[in-house]
Amino acid sequence: MNATARKIEFDDVCCTFELKGEPFRAVDHVTLSIDDGEIVTIVGPSGCGKSTMMNMAAGLQEPSDGAVRVDGRPVHGPGPDRGVIFQQYALFPWLTVRQNVGFGLQVAKVPRAQADDTVLRCLRLVGLEAFADALPKTLSGGMKQRCAIARAYAMNPKVLLMDEPFGALDALTRVTLQDQLLDTWRQDARTIMFITHDVEEAVYLAHRVVVMAARPGRLHKIVPVALPYPRTEAMRLSSEFLAIRNEVWDAVYHQH
Amino acid sequence: MTSPALPAAPAGAAKVAARKRHLPSLLGLNLLSAALGLALWVLLSQLQIAGLPGPLAVLRRAGELVASGALFVDAAASLRRVLIGFAIGTLLAVPAGFLMGWYTLARGLLEPYIQFFRTIPPLAMIPLAIVFLGIGEVPRIFVITLAAFLVSVISTYQGVVGVERVLINAARTLGASDAVVFRRVVIPASTPFILVGMRTGLGAAWSTLVAAELIAAQEGLGHRMQQAQIYYDLETIFVALITIGLLGMVMDRMLLALDKRLTVWQERR
Repeated sequence: MNATARKIEFDDVCCTFELKGEPFRAVDHVTLSIDDGEIVTIVGPSGCGKSTMMNMAAGLQEPSDGAVRVDGRPVHGPGPDRGVIFQQYALFPWLTVRQNVGFGLQVAKVPRAQADDTVLRCLRLVGLEAFADALPKTLSGGMKQRCAIARAYAMNPKVLLMDEPFGALDALTRVTLQDQLLDTWRQDARTIMFITHDVEEAVYLAHRVVVMAARPGRLHKIVPVALPYPRTEAMRLSSEFLAIRNEVWDAVYHQH
Repeated sequence: MTSPALPAAPAGAAKVAARKRHLPSLLGLNLLSAALGLALWVLLSQLQIAGLPGPLAVLRRAGELVASGALFVDAAASLRRVLIGFAIGTLLAVPAGFLMGWYTLARGLLEPYIQFFRTIPPLAMIPLAIVFLGIGEVPRIFVITLAAFLVSVISTYQGVVGVERVLINAARTLGASDAVVFRRVVIPASTPFILVGMRTGLGAAWSTLVAAELIAAQEGLGHRMQQAQIYYDLETIFVALITIGLLGMVMDRMLLALDKRLTVWQERR
């Protein structure tokens, strides 16, 4: 275990890219660290750089300045130590659910029997074992995302990076998947960085909610959520929850 | 290709059911259409328009050509040219399309030529092909190859370029190297495009055939038609035309069956 227990660190990070010939500063001098086993959600208006933050942690985008570290090591390029969940599910449509979940294990040349065990365990974790041989096109949106989550878990990543994973789902499915995510987290206490545009979701899941501001993308406010886990349905309606939700809402929609 | 927010399964099931209900009536319409076409043909031939032969006369001639073996010789010669040209064209087009889609260097170097030659009908290359390649089998197959290649290469290229970024990113976050991404993501994702390219390439190969057989051929369906034209032998022309149509259709159906097998995973509308 790392002495500092810092799992994900953004150290004075900037990210600038060309947008229609103009330099665009997506992320401006952000310093943020996420502790081991912590769930941090990031919310903010569009263009605040929250997806860029996530791409930098995933290694899909190099910072122009500063450093991003996971487990103390600078991030260069993507890798299976960081599980990434995309809003668009990003399942390989030509592979079955089982083959999708086993993709990374096969790339890593994990022995067949061991890989099969891992795949089955991850499918059980998300409740998809009955659909192991189905093609993605036959699954609902919620099932597709559960498959993508199982695919990430199969690699036993140190951290989970989730980019608006439930954004395309209906409200009911979204709440179910939030609870499932927290259930799994209570078993393995994996560090989670979770991007969302849903303020209630941000508060419900997180130890801390990070609110970002746009143009240039920067940290605006960090709101701690002092509610115990497991989080429950009753908690969503409590006055403490609503107070935090309002604070975050205010920080997102009234940034002066 | 994918529509995230849709509840895929029920909608898909309903669509399949709807298609099944329409299937017999669609086939019925096809048969009706064929019968009407045949009737129109009989009518026109009865009116003696431009000496048009009727279906029976054409069938009789077909029988003669089958009996003498000439039809088989011609069909085999044409089929061989189309298949060789199509095979070489496709085998060159798929790697070229992949290179263009994957490497900026290859795209920059190859694309101007492909876009330029695409604007020239392959048939317009015949005079040049005769000068450089003589009047044997080589220029004929060359022109057919060119036709199949130009169609297939563009389709493959578009397939590679169109692979969803998020799929490539997902593979990379799961530990895939560039080579693995290419083999396990880019190739399967562009398979539907390659197959569309092959089907249109096959069509282009057949449509180039007859003119390619203008080049001093001794046999072949196109050659047969040109001979028949000299003698005003319309029945033979019809037999050759229908044979080309049927061969082309059978080959297209075979490719379509392959397409269905290889791309069952696609979400179809």
